[in-house]
Amino acid sequence: MTEIQYKVAKNIKDACILMAAADGKGRILAGGTDLLVQMKAGTQAPGTIIDVKKIPEMVTIAKTKGGFRIGAATPAAVIGEHEELRKTWPGVVEAINLIGSKQIQGRASPGGNLCNASPAADSVPALVAAGATVNIQGPGGKRQVPVEQFCTGPGRTSLQKGEIVVSLSLPARPKGSSDAYLRLIPRTEMDIAVVGCGVSLTMKGDTVVAARVGLGAVAPTVLLVEDAAKALVGSQLEDEALEAAAKACSAACRPIDDKRGTIRYRTKIAGVLLKRAAAIARDRANGISHTAH
Amino acid sequence: MAKIHVTTTINGAPTEFLCDANQTLLDVLRDTLGLTGSKEGCGSGDCGACSVTVNGRLVCSCLVLAPETEGAKVETIEGMADGERLHPLQKKFVEMAALQCGICTPGFLVASKALLDRNPNPSETEVRFWLAGNLCRCTGYDKIVSAVMEVAAEMRETVR
Repeated sequence: MTEIQYKVAKNIKDACILMAAADGKGRILAGGTDLLVQMKAGTQAPGTIIDVKKIPEMVTIAKTKGGFRIGAATPAAVIGEHEELRKTWPGVVEAINLIGSKQIQGRASPGGNLCNASPAADSVPALVAAGATVNIQGPGGKRQVPVEQFCTGPGRTSLQKGEIVVSLSLPARPKGSSDAYLRLIPRTEMDIAVVGCGVSLTMKGDTVVAARVGLGAVAPTVLLVEDAAKALVGSQLEDEALEAAAKACSAACRPIDDKRGTIRYRTKIAGVLLKRAAAIARDRANGISHTAH
Repeated sequence: MAKIHVTTTINGAPTEFLCDANQTLLDVLRDTLGLTGSKEGCGSGDCGACSVTVNGRLVCSCLVLAPETEGAKVETIEGMADGERLHPLQKKFVEMAALQCGICTPGFLVASKALLDRNPNPSETEVRFWLAGNLCRCTGYDKIVSAVMEVAAEMRETVR
């Protein structure tokens, strides 16, 4: 048996070389809040643990051409403390800040949440609604993937051998835009979403001119619900438009029945959360703030 | 098995230790360094009994690999009192009986201190949300929350 190795990557290229050298047994260590638990449970047995937190680009938030680039291993707490990001993308930040306790927030990262590929990952529906891009680097160079195409199933991603997620890019934000993320859990906090819904809107006066909707925990991967967005665009979020968008969300659901919720319940709740999240996103676009608690 | 040599600072004291690649900070604190104040409740980041700060950030030491603390500053419950002088939070927890069996107490104290260091004037809701990652099966939480609120108020008085 070869013993487990711990390596600190000095830069992204170094991390890619370490990943390639680990021959499929390499695991990236960002916050470790999934990896360490999975190692203890025996569901992950890495040959090499590659710590990427010494790579500045992977643990910082940068402004780029009007948008933002968030290092994949940036702790949720750091993201929550970034005032400008919070102002521009309150829905993305609230989704990331919903993951676990303060202790978990000190470590957990959006890159890790994405790569863990849970259908119920809280940050992902908000990132899908935001139109985020995943920046990937590997032996074949760099590539970008829309976040909704990154996961291929529960616990599975489209990362090729030796590739790592470096950062997430959020696009430039037109005036009158905002977003919101809501999830349903039976507790007050620290639970896994029964349904999660992210909505991003751009308003011109009272009219929605652009919209994106992400739905979590209702299918094997987080969904981009284009029909729901279509129902919202051009509307003033009247009851009929919200009802049509809610119906589109419910129609997109392909959930499982489990202890957290039944198929019927999840399908109905998807529409309910859409309506509420859209209302919050609109309020925020109009300068009315909403806080999670 | 080749061990990893780690140089770090724990409660202000330069500290060196040897560990395995997959050993947690909690295991090294307790088993290698004899700092047994941090407790292992769940070992999966759910209970907060192993709370410490690493570079000022509140974390579960059961979910940190020991080699990650190379060059870092770690603060544990053992560093909270100043010699024999208890931290105001420690004193208040005793005075107000904010503990029963005591297993969760080090974690609550470390987490509460991390809160008051950041926010000297938290609302009760903020205290409850901040401490939601620390589980206590004895007290019902009310006494803990009251103690933290009380200390916050006293510390604000002192500053004034």
